[in-house]
Amino acid sequence: MSAIIQTSDLRFSYPAAEGVTPVVLDGVSLSIEEGSFVAVLGHNGCGKSTLAKHMNAILLPSGGTVYVDGIDTADDSRLLDIRRAVGMVFQNPDNQIVANVVEEDVAFAPENLGVPPAEIRQRVDDALKAVNMYDHREHAPHLLSGGQKQRVAIAGVIAMRPRCIVLDEPTAMLDPIGRKDVLRTIKELNRTRGVTVVLITHHMDEAAQADRLIVMAKGRVVADGAPKAVFSRVEELRKVGLTVPQTTQLLWELRQAGYDVPLDALSDEECAQALYSLLMKNPPVTA
Amino acid sequence: MALKDITLGQYFPGNSPVHRLDPRTKLICVVLYIVALFLAAWFVTYAVMLAVLAGSIYLSKVPVKSVFRGLKPVLFIVVFTAVLNLFYTPGDTVLAQFWVFTITLEGVWRAFFMVVRIMMLISGTFLLTYTTSPILLTDGLESLLGPLKMVRVPVHELAMMMSIALRFIPTLIEETDKIMSAQRARGADFESGNLIQRAKALLPLLVPLFISAFRRADELATAMECRCYHGGEGRTRLRQLKYKAADYVTLFLFLAITVGVGVLGHFGL
Repeated sequence: MSAIIQTSDLRFSYPAAEGVTPVVLDGVSLSIEEGSFVAVLGHNGCGKSTLAKHMNAILLPSGGTVYVDGIDTADDSRLLDIRRAVGMVFQNPDNQIVANVVEEDVAFAPENLGVPPAEIRQRVDDALKAVNMYDHREHAPHLLSGGQKQRVAIAGVIAMRPRCIVLDEPTAMLDPIGRKDVLRTIKELNRTRGVTVVLITHHMDEAAQADRLIVMAKGRVVADGAPKAVFSRVEELRKVGLTVPQTTQLLWELRQAGYDVPLDALSDEECAQALYSLLMKNPPVTA
Repeated sequence: MALKDITLGQYFPGNSPVHRLDPRTKLICVVLYIVALFLAAWFVTYAVMLAVLAGSIYLSKVPVKSVFRGLKPVLFIVVFTAVLNLFYTPGDTVLAQFWVFTITLEGVWRAFFMVVRIMMLISGTFLLTYTTSPILLTDGLESLLGPLKMVRVPVHELAMMMSIALRFIPTLIEETDKIMSAQRARGADFESGNLIQRAKALLPLLVPLFISAFRRADELATAMECRCYHGGEGRTRLRQLKYKAADYVTLFLFLAITVGVGVLGHFGL
């Protein structure tokens, strides 16, 4: 597998205000494999959104380099190629929908790329079907629910046929149903279309569904690995102010109390299984 | 104040022959119609124009009531123009005279035709917005004004601004409603007091609204850049505008009517 996004020693700080230069990214070296589903987890202000904005040249590094599909993001002449390769979805669906008809909005990116009209039609239909919004193609976006709007925004990016989609807290403003729909859509895109997904989030349960989990704190990567492995490092995560999923939390506390349970049982079923075997080993004392 | 009642360029969805016309055809026809209205001089020509308007309304299947409802807000201007024309048109046949006012026969006719002209002008343009969706209207304008790009008029940018404005009207109205409720919950009073007090009460509404609108604009710009927006250059469109046979017939008809009315009007008919 080849890397679609590669950062090396990426540093970023916003222009100094009154002598202080707030460092947002402090030496981030990452390589995102093509076709993978990566979650970036971290507290507010840890630099995860700033990192995301480096992935399609909205922000340019103050130090270090970012390569997208082999192109240096600092290369101004290849800007459109970079943006076409890596699509971006933001938190507020209202502020990324451009047109007042769903299909017109989805057509926006291919229109900008100068795709012939017949192919735009095909891409729009295809993208809307991929996010399950085809039946709403002639609706006005402001009449849709938050989750539906966010799916339209995702379709708008897919219509560009990017190889990677970066989603910056796409579910932060959604209700539980909308969150579930959006997350399912993202996972499906990754599985069935092989689109690389980078999901920026602060929801543990969302991060747990990725193939790889990167934890950030104070502009640095503090943990990187499979979600099961990362979450089992409970103490480290707590140190950077993150909680772990309830399943891990429960197992960890049992372990602290001296019971022999695995820490990497992340899903509800796995956790239940672990508890079951624990109970079988130590039958409760009946009065 | 019910914010939801605000209508700007209200559109009646439909599939009438008028709806199906190319937006550019309708725009050109409205311009021709307005020119013809100003060339019309007397009963014959006005009757022709009235027939054109009535025919268009009939074909558009837009309820006649709604067409006339659009006249309400301009009633004051209509009356004002009528009164001015009535009193200040010099003429030979004096009908009545009191203090500094003189009403002449010419004045009466002029006022009458002016009222008819303004009313027909407004109903005609309203028919355009009633039968053409805002997006098509913007597309049509962009296409028609296209040649102006040669003299560096930013036609694409203007059309894009217009369509984004249309897109955000409902969003901002919703937001205004929300802010108003929030301010009311904290004791703000938007509905009583005199004009100045009310204007002052709007300040705590406008400040957050503007701040949020700027934030939205910033985010939207980033999102547009992420989707490879780089101006109108090399841009294609999903929806292609195409003139059909009906468009050519309509354009020819309106052109003929305008010329005809111009000639008849010239002879004072």
